[in-house]
Order: sequence, then C-alpha cells, then structure tokens
Amino acid sequence: MEWIRKLPKRSTKGDMVFDIVNLGLLLIVCLIVLYPLYFVLIASFSDPTQVNLGHVWLWTRHFTLEGYKVLFATGSIWRGFVNSLLYCALSVAISVPLTIMAAYPLSRKDFVGRHVITVILTVTLLFSGGLIPTYMLVRSLGMVNTIWALILPGAVGAWNIIVARTFFQTSIPNELLEAAKMDGCSDIRFLIQIVIPLSKPMIAVMTLWVVVGQWNSYFPAMIYLNNTSLYPLQLVLYQILVQNQSSIGITSSPESMAAQQHLAELIQYTAIIVSTIPLLVLYPFLQKYFVKGVTVGSLKG
Amino acid sequence: MVNWQLYLLMFLPLAFVIVFNYVPMYGLLMAFQNFDPILGIWHSQWVGFQNFQQWFHNYQFWPLIKNTIALQLFGLVVGFPVPIILAIMLHEVANDKIRRFMQTVLYAPYFISTVVIVGMLFIFVDPQTGLVNHLIVSLGGKPIFFMASPRWFRPLYVFSGVWQGAGFGTILYLAALTGVSPDLLDAALIDGASRMRRIWHISLPTIRPIVIIMLIWSIGDIMAVGPDKAYLMQTPLNLSASQIIPTYVYETGLLNAQYSFGAVVGLFNSVINSVLLIIVNFIAKRLTETSIF
Repeated sequence: MEWIRKLPKRSTKGDMVFDIVNLGLLLIVCLIVLYPLYFVLIASFSDPTQVNLGHVWLWTRHFTLEGYKVLFATGSIWRGFVNSLLYCALSVAISVPLTIMAAYPLSRKDFVGRHVITVILTVTLLFSGGLIPTYMLVRSLGMVNTIWALILPGAVGAWNIIVARTFFQTSIPNELLEAAKMDGCSDIRFLIQIVIPLSKPMIAVMTLWVVVGQWNSYFPAMIYLNNTSLYPLQLVLYQILVQNQSSIGITSSPESMAAQQHLAELIQYTAIIVSTIPLLVLYPFLQKYFVKGVTVGSLKG
Repeated sequence: MVNWQLYLLMFLPLAFVIVFNYVPMYGLLMAFQNFDPILGIWHSQWVGFQNFQQWFHNYQFWPLIKNTIALQLFGLVVGFPVPIILAIMLHEVANDKIRRFMQTVLYAPYFISTVVIVGMLFIFVDPQTGLVNHLIVSLGGKPIFFMASPRWFRPLYVFSGVWQGAGFGTILYLAALTGVSPDLLDAALIDGASRMRRIWHISLPTIRPIVIIMLIWSIGDIMAVGPDKAYLMQTPLNLSASQIIPTYVYETGLLNAQYSFGAVVGLFNSVINSVLLIIVNFIAKRLTETSIF
C-alpha cells in the first residue's frame, strides 16, 4: 500500500484512514464518470437485442462488428465527419490569427485607443443582439445555407482576445520589444518572428478551444443549414440519436423494418463512439496546456 | 504615426466585432416593428411597444421565467459545490501519477458534445430498453418515462451537466490550492493538526476568494443559458418544464417566423442578463477587488 502516500513521520492513523477513504471515494467518482462511456463502448460491439434486454452491462454479448460496418457504409456520417473536420480547420485558420491580430495591439501600452477598443469588446460580453437579429444579419449577408454561417459569426470573440492580450502582457518582456526596435524591427515582424513563437502554449490552447467548440456545436448548423450535404457531424448525430432517424437504406417490408430498427439502435452506439473518440484521444496530450489556459484567462482576466 | 502597423492589425478583427456583434444590436430595432425580412429594418412597419405588450401579457410569460430561473438555480445549487469538493479531494491525493490519471478521467466528459450527452441520456433512461429502468424493474419498481415527465426534466438536465462539467470545473480550484503556503502546512503538522483540520483551516481559506468570485459570477450567469441542451431534451410531454426563454425564442421567433416577437423575448432576456452582470460585477469589485470589467 505504499503507493497511497509516502507517510510523513508525524502522520497519524487518522491520516491513513483519511487517505484510504478519500481515494476510495475518488475511485467511485471516476467509475461513475467512466461507466456510461464504457457501456456505450461495449454496447457498440454487442447484439442490440441483448443490449435492450439489459444483458449487456459488464462485457459484450453476442459480439458483432455490424454496427461499425453499417456506420462506415453510411454516407451521411462520413460526410458529416469530413465536413466537421473542414469546419474545424477553417475556424482555426480564421479565428486564431484574427484573435492574435486584435490581442497583440491591445497588449501594447503605446497603442493609443486601446481603452476605447477594450470597452467596445467588453460591451459584447455584457450584451448581445440575440438569436433573431443575428439570424437576420447572417441572412442578409447571404450566408444562410453556406458553411460561412457556421464559421464567421463567432470567429472573433471578446473573451479570447482578452485572454490572449493578458498572455502577451504577462509573458512577452518589454525589453524584447525595445531591443527589436533598436534593430529596426517593425511591429508586424516582431509579432510574427518573436511574439508568436513565444506564445505557442497559448496558441495551442486557443486552437483546442476553437476545435472543440466547432466540433461539438450543432445549433448554428441546425438554424442556418438546409442542405444535408453541408451538415456537420453533430447535426447528423442529432438525427440519429435524438430524432431517431437514420437513413440507412429504405425498405418497407415488415421484417426488414424490424431489422432496420435493430440497425438503427446499434448505430446509435457506434456513432457516439466514432464521433467522440477523436477529441477524447487528442485532449490528454494538450491537458497541461489547457489547464494553463483556463487559469490565465480566469484569474487575470 | 510610428506604430501604424498595430492599427493595421486591429482593423480586420475590429470589423468582425462591429459586424457580428454590433449590427445585431442595431437589428434589435425590429423589436419595435412588425418586421418583414424582405423589407428589412429600413422599410418594415413601426408598431411601437405592441410586441412588448404581447410578451408581457403572454400566458407563457411567468411560466417561462420560472422554468428558466428554476433550471439555472437548481443547476447552481447542485453544480456549484461539487467541483470544490472534488478539487479538495484531488488535492489531498499525494501520489502525482494517480492524481493526474484521475484528473484526466474526470476532465474527459467535458469534451463530449451536447448532442451525444443528450443522446446517451435518451439511451440510458429509455422506459423499455434503458439501463436505468432495467435497474428499477429488477429492484421491484415500475419503469419511469423519464423523458416524458416534466418532473424529471430538471434533475436530468442538471445531473447530466454535473456529470459532464464537474471534473473540468476543478481546474481553477486546483490551481488555487497549489497556493497553499508550505510554512502554514508545516506549522499545522507540528501542532498535530489532522487532515480534516488542515483542509478546514488551511485549504478552504486559501481558495475562499476564488470560490466567492466564482459564486458571484455563477449568479450573474443565471439568465445566460443557451437553448442547445434544453432544446435537445424537449419532448412534447415535458414542455411544461423544458420550455425556457432561449428555446421559446427559437421556436416562436425562427420556426414560427414571428421575428419581431422573438426579438422582444430575446431582448428581455438580454436586458435582465446585463443588469444582473453589472450588479454582480459591482459586488465582486466591492468584496474582492477583482472584476471582469
């Protein structure tokens, strides 16, 4: 049991009991968090009839890869997957540079007007036009039913700018700028060659947030898109999981209806797994960065 | 001007903010119109406060406010303490590897989309096939139609939210807990203070300022709920609890094309939200000398 705690000399019996209870409780919490995900995973490899009867809860029953086979053959999911990847990439390519372009000048004390611009940004944190006027704007810009409706309206957020500005202020030493200026370095060159390479952790966090936000959102896509070939993954999932409509082959004979229901249920589990795995695999690698990002943004904002 | 390049950099992002944040604020003028998208803000008919009267006298007015506030307050009361308790428990785990592993596990659900969370909820609480009802039946109970019951809407919404967000919510508190002074801990050890006493007298006071700030801000965010999750969890049978202001704005304003009326309801929500935020910011400034703006 020495892994529980290297006991300091004065540690009492009570402390040992505390450690064991504490670890035990945390273990239970971890199990509560993991179990639903584990269940979906084993259900995705099991016969749906067994799942529905409640026989699957610890391990797979009547192991099958049918769900994955059907899923991989279903056009809508793949298209959604590819669309979402594209929207994430575009969002990052637009949002991150724009945020930096706004944040860097605001971090400079010699940027006259930064107070006014900060106020302009802060107002957007306080008050917004809301759903209907935003929809009308997007509509009058001709972006309804285009991918730009998902990418441009949220591309520049005041909160991200403030976080990035705070990062620049606290981690780019003023002496660097002075030295660069002595050598005749312009502001834009200084930003690109000195500031950005020094800000990799912040940029990584911001990229992660943009990707997570775009990958997981469905609402803008639901209100702005009619064309199903533009649907991002989450909207396809919405049809499969919440509306229970999966367009897997269209038949009408009773037995194939039953078979289809069978597949529709199975595909729910596989769809969850396939859509959720990419982020869950990606994020532990970035964990140390985003922990920093969250604390920088909130403590010093 | 020496630093003209800084202004050049600022131009494009500022244009984005003006277009996508300020133009919709201007678009709120439609609240005073009988707005027709073909005519636009410039040519639509002005109707004064007619839409506001329609909203204030709407039979849904009080139920919607009640549903919105009740949902958010329930979420606050249940959801606020959990990350604090979890953070303290995690902080007490001395073994770095175990602690980091647990953190990785607990943060994970944060990265799952709302659609998937709600989809999983539907799967787990299904009256015939869901695991929860299998458990209830095997314990001798009767299956519950969770998603069709207004009574269950708030608990399901809030507890699935806690499941998803509580682990991630520990990050700030854990960061604050690393600020516990080692001298203080040594002194407490020499005095023979037990673990519980050390938590109570050292850890908790250390994170108190951040807890107060977070609490104040959570109260300020009561009206800042989005329509996403509630809309997904709505079924025709649970509407009496699941219809909240943002979903109502979407359904009447966009789906039923009552644009001006939807804008009024949205404006009403935004105004209350802003007033709350300003009050809360003032209180935070007074109490803790930190503020967001």
